[in-house]
Amino acid sequence: MQAKSSSGIPLGASGPHEVQPLPDKPRFGKPVSEADVAAWNIDIRTPDGAGLPPGRGSVAQGQKVYAEKCVACHGADAKGGSVYGTMVGGIGSFKGSPRVLTPGSMYPYAPILFDYIRRAMPMDRPQTLSADEVYAVSAYILNLNGLVPADAVMDAQSMPKVQMPNRDGFLLDDRPDTQATRCMSNCK
Amino acid sequence: MASSPSRRNFIRRTAALTGGAFAAGGAARAAPLPVPSTNREPGRIIDEAAYGLPSKFEGHVKRRRTDVLKNRQNLSDWSMTPLQHQPGIITPNGLVYERHHAGTPDIDPNAHRLVIHGLVKQPLEFTMDDLHRYPSVSRFYFLECSGNGLTDWLKPASTTVQQTHGLLSGALWTGVPVSTLLEEAGVDPKGKWALLEGADASAHTRSVPMEKMLDDALIVYAMNGEALRPENGYPVRALLPGWEGNISVKWLRRIKIGEQPWHFRSETARYTDPMPDGKWRQFSMVMETKSVITSPSGGQQLKGPGFYEVTGLAWSGAGKIRAVDVSFDGGKNWREAKLEEPIMDKCLTRFKVGWNWDGSPAVLMSRAVDSNGYVQPSVQDIQKKRAIVGFVQHHNAIQPWSVNAKGEVRNVIGQA
Repeated sequence: MQAKSSSGIPLGASGPHEVQPLPDKPRFGKPVSEADVAAWNIDIRTPDGAGLPPGRGSVAQGQKVYAEKCVACHGADAKGGSVYGTMVGGIGSFKGSPRVLTPGSMYPYAPILFDYIRRAMPMDRPQTLSADEVYAVSAYILNLNGLVPADAVMDAQSMPKVQMPNRDGFLLDDRPDTQATRCMSNCK
Repeated sequence: MASSPSRRNFIRRTAALTGGAFAAGGAARAAPLPVPSTNREPGRIIDEAAYGLPSKFEGHVKRRRTDVLKNRQNLSDWSMTPLQHQPGIITPNGLVYERHHAGTPDIDPNAHRLVIHGLVKQPLEFTMDDLHRYPSVSRFYFLECSGNGLTDWLKPASTTVQQTHGLLSGALWTGVPVSTLLEEAGVDPKGKWALLEGADASAHTRSVPMEKMLDDALIVYAMNGEALRPENGYPVRALLPGWEGNISVKWLRRIKIGEQPWHFRSETARYTDPMPDGKWRQFSMVMETKSVITSPSGGQQLKGPGFYEVTGLAWSGAGKIRAVDVSFDGGKNWREAKLEEPIMDKCLTRFKVGWNWDGSPAVLMSRAVDSNGYVQPSVQDIQKKRAIVGFVQHHNAIQPWSVNAKGEVRNVIGQA
């Protein structure tokens, strides 16, 4: 029986991890405060939106941000451009083939959009959008996917409440799952 | 002594290999050897200071971007290790595979900082000088992308083993156990998860269960006896042994301790595995037991019948390799190969078996067994449990190579 984390995730093989014992544990880290780290502290705990900053953005505002900063790679109406595929649609496609992965069809929690757009987009100038802009363009993409109405405004309160179709779509890793046997002769 | 047909055959085959004077029936004698020019003139002098490079005659041994999956842009990209040219179990640094999500940064090590914060007694900041002062450990581990082989599930798309399996490398990693630094910061008992975040343009980030952070996770700054290369995370990365490559976050800038996973895009919309009934498997961290024959392998050409050492690599994120079996007849019969020492936990292991090829078509494949008794599956075995649709990660299925009568080696996944 292999080791699992407290949340049930298979961990694989453990160790080796012996560290040379020392008479005195060396300590070289410099104490810092959370305030010192504020500019790096960009993660959103997406299931409940913890960490979503002050700010707000509407679908209409998002359409403007998108036209200025996103359309070149992601295409009109976020349907995909010459490089990147569509960010709209695919809801209900997972029982068939192909599965169309978009923020609408795949993200279990709407705040994932905020976390990802803020840290990584636009791809050539990441971490340059304001919180308002990130809320706005998130609202726009959610609206294009039919998940918020045209007059929706996203902020720290409303974003975690958006009902996402794939919220219950994930299963925790339960491997090993295959049952291969070590046949040596006259196999199959 | 009577010259039996088998003895004549033996002599003839030996003659074909040595090309020498033993040939029965009129093979050419070896020509007298000319004195090489290198014996007649001095070679290159030594530079005052230099970083050595391979011979120009090894210029064909390179990492390569994929030419199988047309990547239409260069920012989120990857390149593969030439496994077919790699002896042993260590990948030279210039050939270690790379994968990033927004280009390789060139980080100034003097400016770089690693921060540990969140549910800790005392948030801490480390410079690279700080990290180098800690007692270090060095460990041999494989590193593999969870997407290794995803182009080749149900039918061949790749030609060479570089393309089918090249998002895999083996190295000696040097750094500081994460547990050392976490202990210094003082992890709150409520801290069950950590996020790792990079200083690159994608700020790639993943959630990691605390058990792994405190077990064998390393903060690594050196690979195979020198500083990490930029494309592999310079100046510092995480290394989570046996786990999918992207969770060993490169250009590591931040570790934050929390109570719950963050469910980032990188572990929901990406790096999840399609399952039956429209579902997705999440947090599939462990790279499962796998093997592949690297020689002979796809795109190669055997020079006629005779003896070949069939060799390849086996590895497991769940422990050590216990055995590798090789089949020459498409999986009907198997022989156990020899494993080359050292056989190490969560590390590449080299296997080899002799093969007398008689010149008739053959299908070669290898199958690994790990220290838990887990047997490397076929694609059919995996299909019984998962949905093979779209981009499917964690491909650890048996890889078949066909050899035709001309000695041409081909990828026949899904066909054999």
